[in-house]
Amino acid sequence: MNPYTSQTEKATQPNPRASNLFELTYDATNQCVQCGYCLPVCPTYESMGRESASPRGRINLVKMAAEGKIDIDEHLASPIDLCLGCRACEVACPVGVPYGHILESTKEVIAGNEQGRHASARSHVLKKALLTKLFPKPGRLRILGNLVWIYQKLGLGNLIRKTKVLEAISLPAAQFEKVLPRLESPVKRTRWGAVFPAKGKKKARVAFFTGCIMDALMYQTNRLTIELLVLAGCEVVIPRKQNCCGALHAHQGLIAEAKELAKANIEAFEQSQADYYINNAGGCGASLREYDHLLAGEDDWEERARAFVDKSRDITEILVELGPLPFLNEWKGIITYQDSCHLRNVQGVVNQPRQLLKSIPGATYVELEGSESCCASGGIYNLLHFHESMKILDAKMEKVEKTKATTIVTTNPGCLLQMKLGVERQGREREVRVLHIVEVLAEACGVK
Amino acid sequence: MKKHVLEQILAIVPKERVLLDLAERYSYSFDASFGQYLPDVVIQPETAQEISQLVKLANQYLIPVYPRGAATSLSGGPLPVEGGMVLDMSRMNKKLIIDRENLLAIVSPGVITADVHKRAEEVGLFYPPDPSSSHVSTIGGNLLENSSGPKGLKYGTTKEYVIGLEVVTPTGEIIRTGGKTVKNVTGYDLTRLIVGSEGTLGIVTEAILRLIPKPLARKTLLATFHRLEDSGHAITKILSSGILPAAMELMDNACIRSVEQYSPCGLPVDAEALIIIEVDGHPMAVEEEIRICEQLCYEQGAAHVRVAQNESERTDIWKARKMVSPAITQMGPTKISEDATVPRSQIPEMMRRLAQIRDKYQLNLVVFGHAGDGNLHPNIITDKRNKEEMKRVEEAVGEIFEAAVSLGGTLSGEHGIGTMKAPYMEMELGEAGLMMMKKLKQAWDPNHIMNPGKIFPKPGQTRVVLTE
Repeated sequence: MNPYTSQTEKATQPNPRASNLFELTYDATNQCVQCGYCLPVCPTYESMGRESASPRGRINLVKMAAEGKIDIDEHLASPIDLCLGCRACEVACPVGVPYGHILESTKEVIAGNEQGRHASARSHVLKKALLTKLFPKPGRLRILGNLVWIYQKLGLGNLIRKTKVLEAISLPAAQFEKVLPRLESPVKRTRWGAVFPAKGKKKARVAFFTGCIMDALMYQTNRLTIELLVLAGCEVVIPRKQNCCGALHAHQGLIAEAKELAKANIEAFEQSQADYYINNAGGCGASLREYDHLLAGEDDWEERARAFVDKSRDITEILVELGPLPFLNEWKGIITYQDSCHLRNVQGVVNQPRQLLKSIPGATYVELEGSESCCASGGIYNLLHFHESMKILDAKMEKVEKTKATTIVTTNPGCLLQMKLGVERQGREREVRVLHIVEVLAEACGVK
Repeated sequence: MKKHVLEQILAIVPKERVLLDLAERYSYSFDASFGQYLPDVVIQPETAQEISQLVKLANQYLIPVYPRGAATSLSGGPLPVEGGMVLDMSRMNKKLIIDRENLLAIVSPGVITADVHKRAEEVGLFYPPDPSSSHVSTIGGNLLENSSGPKGLKYGTTKEYVIGLEVVTPTGEIIRTGGKTVKNVTGYDLTRLIVGSEGTLGIVTEAILRLIPKPLARKTLLATFHRLEDSGHAITKILSSGILPAAMELMDNACIRSVEQYSPCGLPVDAEALIIIEVDGHPMAVEEEIRICEQLCYEQGAAHVRVAQNESERTDIWKARKMVSPAITQMGPTKISEDATVPRSQIPEMMRRLAQIRDKYQLNLVVFGHAGDGNLHPNIITDKRNKEEMKRVEEAVGEIFEAAVSLGGTLSGEHGIGTMKAPYMEMELGEAGLMMMKKLKQAWDPNHIMNPGKIFPKPGQTRVVLTE
């Protein structure tokens, strides 16, 4: 607390939630000098054109709510909810305002009330159920993934698409059903606890973070990640008892749940005795790499969290470090790359994916204008705010088209689905492939 | 806002562009300066006709009208100090035409200034005004505040590049001033009157800007000095040697130290001052000029001179300058940024007086700025929640202005008067001078609805008040 905070400011706060918000965010929001340097990099300010949809505007509103000048639920909740959380503003900020901290703290305060007053609201029940009953339970998620595989195998998708049943229930759900990747047989899914020896000389022992969604629905990407690591000279272990990274929880304000998941993961990975902890999803990686912030001030955990962060790497970082990869196949066509915001803005990984893609024999890499700007997938933002999200996505797809790319590469499952949806909305799914970077590299290395 | 007035507003602008929610209104209550004022309504107009009708309505019901670009103002230009309606001009950003044959740009007011730079440079042309916020600020806001940045010394300020305007006057007429010709003496020069009028005489809805060919080459050096006076002498010597640099930037010891602490650039923390000099033009000329600048710096006692050998070294040099603002902000959450400007020859004396003010009021006062044109940026780093210190800041700000004016300078080189400097207008202009400006305002805006509460002091107001 700042020593100069006057008593009058605190006295005007009408309720305990405002003072909670004040305690959590007031010093941080006061760091903002309102210069507006964040405006041009904010995707929602660009698409919505309102100050309240900008980082500067949102920070000011958090401050207003903490001072009791506006109501947390009536005035603050909606502008905060409409933030994608891409954190491009943090990179642009000349004074280092901790926007991510402000955003998550504010969501925590807002969520505190949702649990009380609006507990019966349908969207809240769904959100809560997903976050507490599904994502932290790897077993249940795998069953879901298996069901999706069976669904696809039986061709139910065609039936549903023809009858437009799902569209009648939910337009967003119908759109995402179309772009779900074709799953391979769950028999090929990675076993927890497995160890894969390095090919050739062993350069490092790494522990692989499977991620919850990646493990359930994109286990093919996980399998290919492990094969690439092995090719690059890594001995790969899959720690047992690893769990969801907690990103979705933190983004929805469920901080206590996020902390529990973090501790479970730290414990699981410490036991692996690996040199590096590798992940292949920008969003999860960002969350893993902020465990030291999340657990700051918790005596037994702070140090362990910092060690965990120090060892965490994105797959593209380790492949560049241990490379070059043994490419076998020539690539045909133009490749472009859409940054994962959390890989770029939180983890600071900008060049490695580009470097890897440029190194593929035969590939023509074309930089996407505005690739650093969010695709508006935003975790589950595109489900919760479908129309806002599609407006940003469609503008992005126009820029993608200018690159003439036949392959769009991403480094995060959310971005992958979103870009696939973008291609689908343009009706170009026959010409353009959307792939995780690991799939591209594996194909070029002849790994199937 | 009264219901029947609102109904008439909604008849002019569709409701999607009329913001009434409290959160939306609070979002337009501030800029990058000081203070917060809640407007009654925020409107996002898209055409001059809409603005004209809104301004006529405002005259009918005496509603204050506040045009706002990207709200990067450091003087309170867009603050809705008397409530009323804020016109968010940032949505009026559709037109950006580069006319290569006539060396012109024709732009909507909401276009981002950096986009004008980019589009002009794509065809080998150049729009020199470049405020440090040009990647955020709107061209309309730049014009109305006449903000210019570091290149004023060689290329002149924003007003030298505006040759025609479309303006909605405070009574709601749509007029055109100037045109597409560089020469134009038909009647009063209303273009120059509007540029820098801080939105008190009308709202720009289109501008015609003059462009020049882009210089082919540039060279940059950074010189450090053990004594501040020596850096002042180096600046004077270079300017009297027949060289006109594109930029001459000065940083004092406090700036150097805070930059080194925030983001180390290898600057000597014991140096009292450093200057950055950039020359541009023909490649052979710039090689010769930078060599002379280097030599003159050493002759005036420079401790070290670093000439950038390539673009990456040039970027490194400018990084030191660009880091000043963020670095000094780390020292406290509140930054009072002034831009008092003095004749170039008085820079050393002004620096001396600023040091006296700093010591007298025991404040964290640092100085950097555009030394070539005498435009200094004394910044006081403080905390607005510390009421006692803010009182001292108020006193110090007043003395900074007094010092500048007494040295033959001015209150503001480019930030504008707005709310913060209004109390000091008479000190610089005198009673009669200020009165002529008031008469002008009265003639243009008889109902005082256009950006009221700016530029002119309230009766009896003689100093800035920063505490509530």
